[in-house]
Amino acid sequence: MSYLLILVAKRLAISALLLLAVSALIFAGTTILPGDVAQSILGQSATPEALANLRRDMGLNESALSRYISWLGGIVQGDLGKALTNGTDIADAISKRLYNTVFLASVSAIIAVPIAIFLGLVAVRYKNRWPDKLISGSTLAFISLPEFFTGYLLIYFVAVKLGWFPSVATVYESMSFTERLTAVALPAATLTLVVLAHMMRMTRAAILNVMQSAYIETAELKGLSPLRIIARHAFPNAIAPIVNVVMLNLAYLVVGVVVVEVIFVYPGMGQYLVDHVSKRDVPVVQACGLIFAAFYIGLNMIADIVSIIANPRIRHPR
Amino acid sequence: MTSLFLLAAIFAPWIAPHDLGDTVGGVWEPSSSEFWLGTDNLGRDLLSRMIYGARTTIFIALMATALSFTLGSVLGLGAAVIGGWLDQVLSRFVDLLMSIPTLIFALVVLSVLPANLITLILVMGILDATRVFRLARAVAVDINVMEYVEAARLRGEGKIWIVFREILPNALTPLIAELGLRFIFQVLFLSALSFLGLGVEPPDADWGGMVKENKDGIIFGIPAALIPAAAIAILAISVNLIADWVLNRTTDLKGGRSGQ
Amino acid sequence: MANSQLINEPLLHIQNLRISALAYPSDAAPYLVNIVDDVSFTLGKGRVLGLIGESGAGKSTIGLAAMAYGRGGVHISGGQILLNGIDISAASKKSLRKVRGMQVCYVSQSAAAGFNPAHRLIDQVIEASLLNRTASRDEALARATALFDTLGLPDPENIGRRYPHQVSGGQLQRVMTAMALCAQPDLIVFDEPTTALDVTTQIDVLAAIKRAIKKTGVAALYISHDLAVVAQVSDEIMVLRNGQCVEHGDTRSIIETPQQNYTRELVNVRSIDHQEKKPDATALLRVENVTAMYPGADVEVLQDVSVELSAGQTLAIVGESGSGKSTLARLITGLLPPTKGSVTFDGDILPPALKQRSREQLRQLQMIYQMADVAMNPRHTISTIIGRPLTYYFNLKGRARKQRVAQLLDDIEMGDGFADRYPAELSGGQKQRVCIARALAAKPRLIICDEVTSALDPLVADGILKLLLNLQQRENVAYLFITHDLATVRAIADSIAVMYQGQRVRYGPKSIVLTPPYDAYTDVLLSSVPQMKAGWLDTAIKERADRA
Repeated sequence: MSYLLILVAKRLAISALLLLAVSALIFAGTTILPGDVAQSILGQSATPEALANLRRDMGLNESALSRYISWLGGIVQGDLGKALTNGTDIADAISKRLYNTVFLASVSAIIAVPIAIFLGLVAVRYKNRWPDKLISGSTLAFISLPEFFTGYLLIYFVAVKLGWFPSVATVYESMSFTERLTAVALPAATLTLVVLAHMMRMTRAAILNVMQSAYIETAELKGLSPLRIIARHAFPNAIAPIVNVVMLNLAYLVVGVVVVEVIFVYPGMGQYLVDHVSKRDVPVVQACGLIFAAFYIGLNMIADIVSIIANPRIRHPR
Repeated sequence: MTSLFLLAAIFAPWIAPHDLGDTVGGVWEPSSSEFWLGTDNLGRDLLSRMIYGARTTIFIALMATALSFTLGSVLGLGAAVIGGWLDQVLSRFVDLLMSIPTLIFALVVLSVLPANLITLILVMGILDATRVFRLARAVAVDINVMEYVEAARLRGEGKIWIVFREILPNALTPLIAELGLRFIFQVLFLSALSFLGLGVEPPDADWGGMVKENKDGIIFGIPAALIPAAAIAILAISVNLIADWVLNRTTDLKGGRSGQ
Repeated sequence: MANSQLINEPLLHIQNLRISALAYPSDAAPYLVNIVDDVSFTLGKGRVLGLIGESGAGKSTIGLAAMAYGRGGVHISGGQILLNGIDISAASKKSLRKVRGMQVCYVSQSAAAGFNPAHRLIDQVIEASLLNRTASRDEALARATALFDTLGLPDPENIGRRYPHQVSGGQLQRVMTAMALCAQPDLIVFDEPTTALDVTTQIDVLAAIKRAIKKTGVAALYISHDLAVVAQVSDEIMVLRNGQCVEHGDTRSIIETPQQNYTRELVNVRSIDHQEKKPDATALLRVENVTAMYPGADVEVLQDVSVELSAGQTLAIVGESGSGKSTLARLITGLLPPTKGSVTFDGDILPPALKQRSREQLRQLQMIYQMADVAMNPRHTISTIIGRPLTYYFNLKGRARKQRVAQLLDDIEMGDGFADRYPAELSGGQKQRVCIARALAAKPRLIICDEVTSALDPLVADGILKLLLNLQQRENVAYLFITHDLATVRAIADSIAVMYQGQRVRYGPKSIVLTPPYDAYTDVLLSSVPQMKAGWLDTAIKERADRA
C-alpha cells in the first residue's frame, strides 16, 4: 500500500515541478521574445520619455530573473499584480471571473460526461449496427465543427428565432441559481456538443479495446450473461482508459471555454484573457495563462493518478 | 467539396466579382442576384470576401501544417533513432510545451509579438509540431525495435540508411494519416485566433475573422456570420473524409501492413 | 481404467461438420472459405480425443465448435453438433449460455491473457460454478481448493487469493484447468495448453492434467500441434489437415502403425539423419569466459561461458527461457559487449562492440531470427531484401545482382517468381527461407540461427532444417544453433552446450553430451522432452518420483 502512496506522491511532485517550469515558460514567453514590449504597447509614435517611463513602471529595466522571482513571490502570496491598462488588481478581477468560468465548465462537464460514456457503451453494444454507425457518423461531423459555428448557430436559431434562451450570457452576483443556469444554457450547450463528440469517440475506442481482450472471451465461454461480462469483467479494466479520456477532454474544455465566452460575451476568465491580449496587457496575460495551465496540468495529473490506482499490478505487487 | 474550396483559393483574384476592400452596397443586405451571399457588416460583397478568405485561410493553414509536420517529423524520427540525451532533452521539452493548452499559449505569445503573417505561421507551426513530434517519435520507436532494423544494424548500415530506407517507409502511413488531421486543426486554430482578433489583420479576409466581423449581426437575426463559419465546418469535414479514405486505401497496398 | 468405460450414449457426436468464414482478398470480391470441411467423430464419456494438426488445420475451430462458438467471424455452415443428445449447432444464445461453463468448459492457450487482471484468481475460478449451478459458495471453494491440490499447485488453500500477475505461467495454466474442472463439466476443451511453456514446466502441467482427468472422469478434447504431447494424454487421436480429417484411430495405432503418409510424416518428425562431425584442431569461433550484464541492471545474464565452434559444423546452444542463450547471440554479434572475456573469430579477437567492427568482420557473421515476419522490412520486395547484402558487401549491381538473387532463390528452393513479391504474401516457411537466403547472400562463414524453427509448424520446420543442412554441406558454413527443442538438437548438432540461468552446465560433442551420466539440470531437461511413445509420460513421472 505504501508503494502506491509513494507513486502518487511522486506524481504530485512531478506536476508541481511541471507547473513551476510552465510558469517560467510563460514568463519567458512574454518577456524574452523579440519585440520591445513597451514599444508594442505604446505604439510607433511613442516618445522616448514615455517609453522609458513605461519601462520603469513595468520594471523592465531589471534582469529577467529577478523579475521572475518577484512575480513568483507575489503569486505565492496571492498577489497577481496589477493590470497595465487600468491598474486594477488582477487577483480581484480573476476571482469573480474564475467562479463564472468554472461554473460554465462544470455545467458542461456534468452534462457531457455521462452522455458520452453512455453513448460509447451503446455504440460498443451495437457495434457496426445502425446505432453505432449513427453515433460514430454524427460525432465525426461534430468534431469538425468550430465552436463559433455551433455557438452562433445556436444563437441564431434558439435565441433569436425561437427566443428560448438569451443570446448574451450575462451573469452577476446576485443572480439565483436557476437564473444563472438559464443564462449559461446556450454556452454550456455549445461547449457540451464539441466535447461530447471527442469524448464519445475515445470512450468507444477504449471500451472496444478492452472488449477484444482474451479474458472477455474466457468469460463468454464460461457462459456468463452479456451484462455480467460487461459489468464485472470489462468495466473494471475500462475504468482507467475512460477516466483518462474524460480528463483529457475536461482539459480541453478548459480551453474551449475561452472561445465560447467570447461568443456569448460571458464574463469569465476566457473573456478577460482575450480582452487583455489584444491590449498587450502582459501581467494579466501571464496570470491568466498560469491559471489555465495549472488547471490543465492538474486534470492531467488526476488522470495519471487514477490510472495508477486502477492498475492491479501496482496495487498488489508480486 | 474540398476541391471547390481549393479552386476558389487558387483562382481568387480572377473569379471574385468584386475587390476585397470595396464597399459596394448597403450594410448587411440579404442575398440577391447581384450579391449572391449578400453583404457584410461594412457593405462589402460577402461572396468575394469568402473567396479571398478561402485563399488566406487555406494558405496559412497549409504553411503552418507544412512547418509543423516537417519540424515535428524530423525531430521525432531523429530523437527516436539517435536516442540518448538528445531524445531525453527533446522529449522533456515537448512535454513541457504540451502542458500548456495550445490556445492559451498562442494567446500568451501573440500578446507580445508583432502581428504579422510570418509570426502567425511560426507560432501555429511550432506549437503544433509538438504533437507531430510525439507521434513521429512513437512510430519510429516502435519500428526501431523490429528485428529488420536490427538486421540492418548488424549488417553495418549507417544511421542515414536506416532512417531513410528502413524506418521512413514504414512510418509514412500513420504520419500521412495524421497530416489530414493536423491541417484541420490548423484551419480551426487559425479561425479561432482570427475570431478572437489575433489572427489575420483586416482588411485581409480570412474566414475566422469574417465570423468576428459579422457576429454582432446575429443578435438581429442576420445570418452573415454563419456563412464563413459553415464554410470552415464543411472544409474540416471534407478533409476528414478524405483523410479517412486515404487511410483505408493505403492499408490495402501490398506491404502496407507491417508484419501481420 | 477410468477411461474405457462402457458407453451408452456418446457425449459428443459431431456429424459432417462444416465451418466457414469469409476471406477478404484485397483485389477481389470476398468469398467463402471452408475452415473445417466434413469432419465427423464421436466422443464417449470419460474419453480423451487428441486433435493434432499444423496451423490452419482447423483443430481449435473444431474445439470451439464443441461449444458452438466461433472466433473471429467463422460460422457453422453445415452438419450437426450433438452434445448429450441435443444439437447445439443452431441453438439460441440463451441456451448456449447454459451449455457453456456447465457442460463444456474451455482451457485456452495463454492463461496469462485468459484471466481478468482485475480480479483475484479464486473469484474467477468459482464464478461459473456459482452462476450456472446451484452450488453454494462453500462447496465451490472446497472443490476449487481440492482441484488446486490435485493439479500440484503450491499452497492450494491460499493461492486463489492471488491476482493473475502474481503467479507464474505454468501455475496459471493449472489454475485455468482448475477453473474448467470446478464446474464439473462433462467435457473440457484443452486448446494448446502447454505450447507456451518451457519443456520442464510442460511435463509437470501435463502430468497434472492427466491426473485430474483420471480423477474426475471428465471427457476431453486435447488440441495441439505436438504429436508426442498429444499421445501422452489421449485415448484416441484425429489427424487434421486443411480442415479435413486425415486419419482417426486409437493412440497406439496412430503412433505405431500410421496408415496415411501425412500421419507418418508427423510421427517421424525430426528424424533427420546427420553424421556427427569431429571438431577441428583450430576453432572458427571461440568464446572464452564471457560474462555479460544488461546496462542498468546488476544481474549477470551470462556467467563465465566458453564454447568453441569449428568451420562447417553446428554447435547447438540449448536452454529454456532465462538461460541466456539469446544473450549469448547478442554478445557474439556485438550488440551487447561482454563485461569480461573475449570472442575470437578466425584467429583474431573480435572487437566487443558492433561499432568497432569492420565491414568484413560483420560480413562473416550473419544472423537469422525466430520471427521471420518482423525480421524483414514489410515495404521491401524479396529481391531488395536478398539483394541488399550483395550490394552492400560486394558492390553487386544491376544484372549481376539480379542473377545472384535468382541463384539464391534457387538455393532456398523457391523460384525466381518470388523476387518481386512482398513478405506479407509469403507463408511462414517461405519467409524463413528468404531470411536464410539473405544471410547466405553475404557468403558468411558463420550463421547464428536464433530459434529459427521455433515459430514454425513441425513439418515446415523439418523442411527448413533439411535445407540448412544441405546448405552447410555446400557452402561449408558453420551454424550456432540456438534452440530449446531437444529433438532439433539431436537431429542436426555436432556439438552441444546446455545453458541454465546464464551458466554453461554441459558441453561437448553431441554423442557425449547426450549420453549419461548427466548433471542434475541436463537430467531434468532431457527427461522432460516428450517422446513419441504411448505411455511415456507415466514412465517419466514414475522415474522422477523414484529419483526424488
